[in-house]
Amino acid sequence: MEHPEQPLAGAYFVPAPSCWPALGALALFCLGLGAALAVNAMAWGGGLLLLGALCLLRMLVGWFGDVIGENQQGCYRQQEDLSFRWGMGWFIFSEVMLFAACFGVLFWLRLVALPTLGSLDYKWLYPDFSPSWPLQTAPQPTQSYRAMEAWGLPAFNTLILLTSGATLTWAHWGLLQGRRRQLQAGLLCTFSLGGLFLLLQAFEYHHAWTAWRLTLSAGAYGMTFYLLTGLHGLHVLLGSLILLVVWRRVRRGHFDRQHHFAFEAAAWYWHFVDVVWLLLFVLVYCL
Amino acid sequence: MSCLRLCGISAIWFVLHSTAVQGETAAFNLQAPATSLARLEYDLHSMLLWVTGLIFLLVSGVMLFAIVRHRKSRAYRARTFHENTTVEIIWTVIPLLILLAIAWPATRAVLSQKSTHGEDMTIRITGYQWKWRYDYLDDNFGFVSHLSTPRTGTAAGAALPEHYLLEVDEPLVLPTGRKVRLLLTANDVIHSWWVPQLGVKQDAIPGFLRDAWFMVDKPGIYRGQCSELCGKDHGFMPIVVDARSPEDYARWRDARLKQAATAADDPAKAWTLAALRQRGETVYSQNCLPCHQASGKGIPGNFPALDGSPVVNGDKAAHLRIVFFGSQRNPAMQAWGKQLSDTDIAAVITYERNAWGNHSGQVIQPAEIHALRGSSG
Amino acid sequence: MDLASNTAHGMVSAHKPQGLARWLFATNHKDIGSMYLWFAFCMFLVGGVLALCIRAELFSPGLQFFQPELFNQLTTLHGLIMVFGAIMPAFTGLANWMLPLMIGAPDMAFARMNNWSFWLLPPAMTLLLLSFIVPGGAAAAGWTLYAPLSVQLGMGMDLTIFAIHILGISSIMGAINIVVTIINLRAPGMRMMNMPMFAWASLITAYLIIAVMPVLAGAVTMVLADRHFGSHFFNAAGGGDPVLYQHVFWFFGHPEVYIMALPAFGIVSQVIPTFARKPLFGYSSMVYATSSIGVLSFMVWAHHMFVTGMPATAQLFFMYATMLIAVPTGVKVFNWIATMWQGSMSFETPMLFAIGFILLFTIGGLSGVTLSVAAVDVQLHGSYYVVAHFHYVLVAGALFSLFSAVYYWFPKMTGRMYVERLGQLHFWWSLLWFNVTFFPMHFLGLAGMPRRIPDYALQFTDFNRIASIGAFMFGLGQLIFLVNILYSLRHGKTAPQQPWEGANTLEWQIPTPAPYHSFNPPPQLETAENGVVLSMRDSGQA
Ligand code: HEA
Ligand code: HEA
Ligand code: HEC
Ligand code: CUA
Ligand SMILES: [Cu+2]
Repeated sequence: MEHPEQPLAGAYFVPAPSCWPALGALALFCLGLGAALAVNAMAWGGGLLLLGALCLLRMLVGWFGDVIGENQQGCYRQQEDLSFRWGMGWFIFSEVMLFAACFGVLFWLRLVALPTLGSLDYKWLYPDFSPSWPLQTAPQPTQSYRAMEAWGLPAFNTLILLTSGATLTWAHWGLLQGRRRQLQAGLLCTFSLGGLFLLLQAFEYHHAWTAWRLTLSAGAYGMTFYLLTGLHGLHVLLGSLILLVVWRRVRRGHFDRQHHFAFEAAAWYWHFVDVVWLLLFVLVYCL
Repeated sequence: MSCLRLCGISAIWFVLHSTAVQGETAAFNLQAPATSLARLEYDLHSMLLWVTGLIFLLVSGVMLFAIVRHRKSRAYRARTFHENTTVEIIWTVIPLLILLAIAWPATRAVLSQKSTHGEDMTIRITGYQWKWRYDYLDDNFGFVSHLSTPRTGTAAGAALPEHYLLEVDEPLVLPTGRKVRLLLTANDVIHSWWVPQLGVKQDAIPGFLRDAWFMVDKPGIYRGQCSELCGKDHGFMPIVVDARSPEDYARWRDARLKQAATAADDPAKAWTLAALRQRGETVYSQNCLPCHQASGKGIPGNFPALDGSPVVNGDKAAHLRIVFFGSQRNPAMQAWGKQLSDTDIAAVITYERNAWGNHSGQVIQPAEIHALRGSSG
Repeated sequence: MDLASNTAHGMVSAHKPQGLARWLFATNHKDIGSMYLWFAFCMFLVGGVLALCIRAELFSPGLQFFQPELFNQLTTLHGLIMVFGAIMPAFTGLANWMLPLMIGAPDMAFARMNNWSFWLLPPAMTLLLLSFIVPGGAAAAGWTLYAPLSVQLGMGMDLTIFAIHILGISSIMGAINIVVTIINLRAPGMRMMNMPMFAWASLITAYLIIAVMPVLAGAVTMVLADRHFGSHFFNAAGGGDPVLYQHVFWFFGHPEVYIMALPAFGIVSQVIPTFARKPLFGYSSMVYATSSIGVLSFMVWAHHMFVTGMPATAQLFFMYATMLIAVPTGVKVFNWIATMWQGSMSFETPMLFAIGFILLFTIGGLSGVTLSVAAVDVQLHGSYYVVAHFHYVLVAGALFSLFSAVYYWFPKMTGRMYVERLGQLHFWWSLLWFNVTFFPMHFLGLAGMPRRIPDYALQFTDFNRIASIGAFMFGLGQLIFLVNILYSLRHGKTAPQQPWEGANTLEWQIPTPAPYHSFNPPPQLETAENGVVLSMRDSGQA
């Protein structure tokens, strides 16, 4: 890759031309087209998806590699650092809105749509339907299923995520006080806990899908359950990957007490994912 | 030069809008109201037209004045003022007051549109792709209403009938002077039942019920169209309401009830191929044709061909299932068992298996369809 | 105020990259801005050709050119391409080009990401256009993609869904870039409350984009799940609700229409003071008005759903909230007029388009207020009246403001003047034929013509004829613009640094054409409201 030249004092760092965005565009094109073909069970779909994913991966590695390199060369000073902070903040805001939309769906279905479908006026349409939550059946009954229970595995998962938040903060203290071993250990704990969470969730999904026959087509309960927890799960996955990268950078001696925005960004993201889980736990599992 | 043009444009705007207010015909304005609701909407709209028209004249007038007078070519020297709290408050508050003045009658109109209680009769309206079904809930009968003017295809210039696209085979017949409550729903996608002169537009939502009401003043034919995009033939599902005096209505209703009693098919009757095929052709053209086409060739990519289809030419059980229960994969292919009688379904399946290039010679009897009822898809 | 020195020691890699790589790998906000603008213009032509197909079919009753299913695809793609391919990218492109110059930033805050935002557009639009040739054709459920109709469609709908995902990523990244640039990269002395209105408008627009694009992504993802993964979000049989889709969509959709209006307001707020040779009237109330539009736009979405059958209380709430938006918008209109009042106006093309904007946007806004009255909307919803309303605010609003902006900043971008006579012709031609096209649609709607139909009853023939003729003439007029731009790029008169007497924002203080790298390091400024530069010093090597 082109080597960024040293910026002038007082100047804002503007990166040299880069091939990664174009590769990224190609990647998303392949992913989009591939997905459209794949969901229609057409030829090339899987191949394009794979190609797109590989391009995307290559882009991420290259792009973040460049950013890290520039950072290590000291291209980023206070103003650049602040840009990254604002950027991450607004990115998280967009994620908040994504979850807000999905929670909105849950609210609408539970508070408006299902009570309507279960009301007296609708008895001639759906005679056996009762809108109690968790739903026992959809208005037009399909298979019966079992609903999730909050105080088993989900509660344990809550505990895991809460602990991971704590270990992350512990790692942060380590960083601030220059205790690198504590930093490393904390990070390791955090993303291991994230991984454990994902494993347990995968187990939970598998069990719910097969043994309890709670599928996506099971009706309002199943679909909102998978929508919200699935979206959250993807975020845990992404957060864990970010933590993994940060951990590797720590092992290479990156970051010092003053300059460690990548660490902080990962932490913000992780805490955001934590908070979403707490909401989920209350709104999806408990209530 | 520029100001002249602007003057011209706004003059045209004003002239057009004022004729719109006075015009009796529907060319420039809402159609002549035939119910109290429609009159309410009409008057409210006229009021809004005046208010907004005046605001527009005022705004463009002041702007034009500035454009004419305060121009560099006239050596007008620019002032430098750029703030004045008083005028800013004034032009915040005055629009607020205007809006408040509009909100009052608007609120009353909304409330009367919504008061559906105290009805004299109830009609259930179901939107289908692409036709309407009307059920007279008090009298326990109903029928489907299809577009009845010919489709022109791509032949342009052909003479079109007067009520092109606005004519149906069976209009919704209603008495005047009675409060009619509509219960709307839909079978497949969202449709919207709109008859301008009656002042009613209400979406029909599949799986949900909505209501609306009106009371027609005087006898007449009132026409409207579906007004929510519902797929290919959204432009081809008109609504015709035939309002009659209560006496005429009662006469029509009695005849209709009698007809319904005699027309019921004997489910046990065994039909011949020719008779079923003939009946099936009618059923087909009323229900299946929009998608699968008269030629049976469908629309590639959207709707499968039935001519030569392995389902239609293969084992009849699969054919029966997809017509009766609909398709699992594509909701466009609905569960016709809920809409059509046993005889109709038997007829249309027999027709499909013996039309175009399909020559199975098989006859499906109504009893076979009857056996499907009660079992689940 | 010598800026030549400032540019000399701009960014280190002062040499311009050459060839394809310059565009494909660009990190320069001016290059990226140019690509955005050209791309948007191409998409405008594509969307316009689709519109002409629509108008051709509607020239007379009967089906002449297109089968109904294809007609619906044309309407849908016309809407999607114009909104996501033409208007939004054009505003982002302008922001890219002009924002750093107007607030004294060296570039956009994330120059590389900026490039990605742009280069995601061509793939997304390719997916959309590709959908015309897949089995079943393109999406045909209207640009609103209402479920459950969109659940029925063929694989073109899947392509549309994924295109929207990519577009969403692109706009969110573009918006984050704009927000961060404005918050963090203003030159010393450019206070928030002194920023040009265009920067304020872009800031609030970007905030709206970040807030609502994820919501749209969520909505179409649920459609995807209903289509392929067996869920029933929009199907009552499974406990879902078709109307839920509309709530989610319009929670995005209404802010979206302001995303296409606020930057227009910003442009007009730069152009009018320049040609009136008088400072913008009521700058701070403009800022507050824009912000309150930004807030209110989240509380009015259900005015698109008055006939879905909601309780009277909900109708009333959304009616009142919608009407309220007329107040801040009115404040803006009045401020512009007050700016013109007792100015010393001249009427070059940018000014003409800005005045045309105010005039016609007001008509569109007032028909919006008519629609906002729920009881009247019962007659007008889903009719051509709505089509008339939104083309007044979108074509005469967003599009005219874009023309104004391009003429206004053309000298700064290219170093050459456009041909004034052609510009004037373009304006008068557009003004005339725009009204011929879209004014009659009010009457069509009032008289009861539904929108999104390929064929109509006979009483609608006359106005449809007029509208179709108008559309073709209007479209022809856009060729004047194209010719003007292409000609002036190579043969236009050389532009002075300061082509407009009354322009005194920062971008006019640097050489023309704007040097490849500017304001790095940033200058030391002294500013007044609306970005007016009082003095500028090279901050040198701090
Ligand atoms: C740039 C885009 C844009 C803008 C700015 C607006 C602005 C407004 N819109 Fe519009 N609208 C659309 C784009 C836009 N709209 C689109 C695309 C659709 C259709 C979508 C679809 O279905 O496909 C639509 C549809 C639409 C509907 C739904 C119609 C229906 O389908 O039934 C409604 C209803 O309330 C509405 C209202 C308004 C209002 C009240 C404003 C207000 O913001 C206008 C405010 C401005 C003024 C009022 C003028 C200036 C003010 C004064 C001079 C002050 C004095 C005025 C008074 C006191 C009244 N719009
Ligand atoms: C965002 C901006 C935008 C813009 C700029 C336009 C521009 C135009 N629109 Fe658009 N329109 C929408 C947004 C926009 N529209 C939306 C959101 C919808 C709703 C879709 C839906 O219902 O889902 C819609 C729907 C819509 C309809 C209703 C369709 C229906 O309900 O079935 C119509 C009908 O006349 C129409 C017409 C036009 C015309 C004539 C133009 C003209 O201004 C276009 C002018 C441009 C050109 C013509 C191209 C340039 C010229 C050339 C390429 C040269 C060649 C020309 C000649 C040889 C003549 N539009
Ligand atoms: C709104 C559109 C629509 C209408 C109306 C319609 N169909 Fe269909 N039909 C479809 C679609 C879409 C499919 C494909 C379903 C699938 O892919 O599972 C289909 C499939 C079929 C098939 C299976 C064909 C095959 O080769 O797979 C038969 C048989 C059929 N329809 C019969 C009928 C009959 C009989 C009627 C009228 C009573 C009818 N259809 C009305 C849309 C329609
Ligand atoms: Cu039914 Cu449109
Ligand atoms: Cu809106």
